Order: sequence, then structure tokens, then C-alpha cells
Amino acid sequence: MTIMKALIATAAFVSSFATAPAFAQDNSAETLTSVMERGVLRVGVLGAFKPWSFRSEDGSLQGIEVDLAKRVAESLGVEAELVEITSANRIQFLEQKRIDLIIGGMYDTASRREAVGIIEPGYWASGPSLMARNGAIASWEDVAGKPICAKQGVIYNQLIETDFGARLMAFGGNTEGKEALRSGKCVAWFYDDSSIAADLATGDWEGFEMPVDALFVNPWAAAVPLAEKDGAFGKILSGLIYGWHEDGSLIALQKEYDLQPTAWLADMHESLEYDRSYLDE
Amino acid sequence: MFEFIAPLFLALQKATGLNFSPFYNEYDFSRLMTGVQTSLLLIVCVLIVSLIVGLLGAAAQRSQFRVLRFLVAAYIAMFRNTPPVVQLLFFYFGLGALTPQVDMGGWYEPMISSFGWAVIALGIFGGSYNVEIFRAGIEAVPGTTLEASEALAFSPVQTFIHVTMPLALRFSLPALASNLISLAKTTSIAYVIAVPEMTYALSGVWNDSLNVGEMMMLLFIYYISVVAVIGAIMGRLEKRLAVPGLGK
Repeated sequence: MTIMKALIATAAFVSSFATAPAFAQDNSAETLTSVMERGVLRVGVLGAFKPWSFRSEDGSLQGIEVDLAKRVAESLGVEAELVEITSANRIQFLEQKRIDLIIGGMYDTASRREAVGIIEPGYWASGPSLMARNGAIASWEDVAGKPICAKQGVIYNQLIETDFGARLMAFGGNTEGKEALRSGKCVAWFYDDSSIAADLATGDWEGFEMPVDALFVNPWAAAVPLAEKDGAFGKILSGLIYGWHEDGSLIALQKEYDLQPTAWLADMHESLEYDRSYLDE
Repeated sequence: MFEFIAPLFLALQKATGLNFSPFYNEYDFSRLMTGVQTSLLLIVCVLIVSLIVGLLGAAAQRSQFRVLRFLVAAYIAMFRNTPPVVQLLFFYFGLGALTPQVDMGGWYEPMISSFGWAVIALGIFGGSYNVEIFRAGIEAVPGTTLEASEALAFSPVQTFIHVTMPLALRFSLPALASNLISLAKTTSIAYVIAVPEMTYALSGVWNDSLNVGEMMMLLFIYYISVVAVIGAIMGRLEKRLAVPGLGK
């Protein structure tokens, strides 16, 4: 499976030369104008990414990112149309103008910044952490010499070997890796803290915990077409996301969806919270 | 050695863009070395287990106990007719969940490692073919030869050891060689249960460095070399054991 992924990555890499976006000004107002004329904002969400976006029992899309998409539409005074995307096609969907905006669990990376208009600040963040049986691990140093399960092809896998001396056992998929942890083949599962938190919240992992903070955090960013990044649409989104950090509504969503509080959201809230103390005379 | 080749491969990358990171990056080099060692050890262990299983199975097939013969037939049917990847996952996750855990001084590890399960699963898988190969060899020994040894007053056991076995082994060799080669190649699937053999090691490298083409090439060369060595050993064995006129 990893081989397939590698092949696809190579193919995507090669084809990216063929479809490199033309140089365009980055303050276009085209998207905003067409959204307002249409009266509909088309937002790309992942759809199978609990609890950020998923189909509820009645078939409708729900989740944190779905809520955020609806808030953006509400602020613009238009309808939200949710379009299901995958991590493999979301950037193409945006480039082909089939969607106006991505809110789909996308890491903000240097290479993506060349393809799409990444909106600052990020609205969420995650990074590598551990899931282990209660009390088995107390700190990152505890993994030295021990077998640690992971998923093949994850970019940060080698950190746990080079920096902490663990013995990495990488499996083809999440399910196998986590099953190996459950049946005691390794002492911890090394993966994204957001995914671990979501697993723990399902209640299927009684007796397990996330004992350490993420090694680093990588923000997840909303994205607009590259040409719109510094245009009206990009700036509106930037402002909205800033507001969600500032007023604590992202932290409220985290609580609403039963996720463990993360340091990154708390820090963002603290650093972006506007100091209104001068108003008190 | 590493200090000597590293500049060469760095220069190669600069000149041609070909990125053979295991030959100039120390971490990737250590992954490659672990991969080669694990893979070779895995191949040797799996081949030995499969030969032992094959010989025991072929002997059991000739047993007078009906139950034993039935068990061997069931074993062959089961392991020849299911994909080795499924068997590997079944052994590792299915049976592996039932094996005891060993205290490693503060944490627990399963008594049988993923490497151990790969040897067991692939050894048994390859063994199921070897049983049939040895059986075919035994059946190829001409009845007249056995009658001749009976006429020379050999007991059944003596006939089996001194006449049937040596001839059967020679008849089995060509088919055995191709099965052992195929089994050696099959060890690459052990990467699904995280055995750090060549495929696992190099897929780790290409995931980090995105040098898929180069690493695939390396993997290809590695398996061709391994298969060539096994083929040469089996060919030499065949030549050495050749009996003039046998099978003509």
C-alpha cells in the first residue's frame, strides 16, 4: 500500500511540473464576487474524518470543520454547500474552481503554499504524540529501547528512532498499527495527537491514554485559490479565523466534540486574545 | 567503507539527480544494513523451516495412520490455497494475540517477535509445497528398483534410507530449487507485520527522501542477486549429486 502511495506521490510530483499554476496576482476578488452573485459558498470538507467532518446517522455532514464552513457562509450571508473532497484531490478541486474554499484537515506546509492560498492563522493543529496503556509511558524519554508502533510512510517516523532511540515497528495502516498496540506487540502507538485524541474520545480505547505532549505542532490551514490569498476573500477568512481564536469559539468546539484540550489552541487563544483592560477605568 | 563511498554518491546526486541516500546518509545506511541482515537471516531461517516441514510432512504422508495422513492433506490444502499475506496476518494478529507476554524489565513484549512469526508463517507456507515436491520425488522412484532392493534382502526401512531417499532427493531437486527461490522472494511480504527486511527498510527510505525509483532499482538488484546465489547453490548441488543415467 505504501508502494502504491509512493508511486502516486511520484506521479503527482512529476505532473505538478506540467500543471504549475501560472503567475497570477494574489489579491483577486473573483471568488468573493462569484460567491456573492451565486449566493452559495462551496466548501470542500473531507467527509470521513471524525469528528472534524463526518456523515451523521441521518446522512448529513457534521463536525467541527462543517460547523466552521457554515460560520463562514453565515458571515458572508450566503448558503453553504459542502463538497466532499479527499486529501489527494482537494488542491485540484480548488484550482479547477469546483470549490471556493478548503477546510479539510490540511497541514500548512511550504510546498502547499506554492499551490494554494494558505490562510493564516491556522484553525487547528496537530503533531506526533503517543497512545499507550495507562501508566506505561510517562515521558518521551521512556520510549528508549522499546518497540513503538507506527504507520509506514509518515513523515516524522524517524524522529522517534533518531531522537529517542525507540525501536520503530511501522505497519501499512492505522488499524494494523493500533491493533498491534492493543494486543501488546508494542508499548505505544506513534501518530498524530488529533487522531489519537479522537480515538480516545470514541470510548473504544478504555485503559489507554495520551501520556505526552506532541513533539511539535503543525497548524491546519484553510485554503483559498492562490490568487485570492491577499484579496478580499482571503482577508475575510483570515479575520474570521483570528476571531475564532480570539473569542474562544474553537476551544468551545473542541469541548463540544469531546476532544482533549490541546496546548496549541489554548496558546493561540491566549496570544490572540485582545487586551481590553484599558476599557476599564 | 561508508566514508569512502559517501562522496561518490553525493557527487552522483549532484551530477545526475539520482538520489541513493543509503550510500551517503548515515541513518539511511543503517536502515539498509539492518534490512540486508534481517532479510538474509529471514530467508535462511524460512528455507530451513520449510525443508524440515516438507520432510516431516512427506514422511507423515506415508504413515499407516489414517488420521496423520488426513492431517497432512488438510494442512497442504489449507496453506497452498490461501495467500501468504493472509497467513502472515493471521499468525501475527490472530495467534499472536494468544501468545504469552514476556517481562522486559518494566514493559512487556510478546514471546514471539514479528520476525519469529514471519519465520513460522512463511516456513509453514513454503513447507506445504515442499511436502508435495518430496512426495512426487518418492513416487518417481521406479517400482522395479524397490523390488530389486527387496530381492537383495533389504528391510523396508533400509530400502527407504538407502534406496528411496537418495533417489527421491535427486528427483525432487529441480522443483525444490524453484520453490525455494519463490519462497526467498516471498519473504519480502514480511514488511506487512513490520519485520525490518529489505522492502520495509527501503520503503522507509523512499518515504522520507522521495527517491522511489532509485530505491526500487536497489531492491530489484538485491533480490536478483539473492535469487542468483540460491540458484547457483541448487545448481551445484544438482550437479554434484547427479547419478549417470538416472532419469534418462
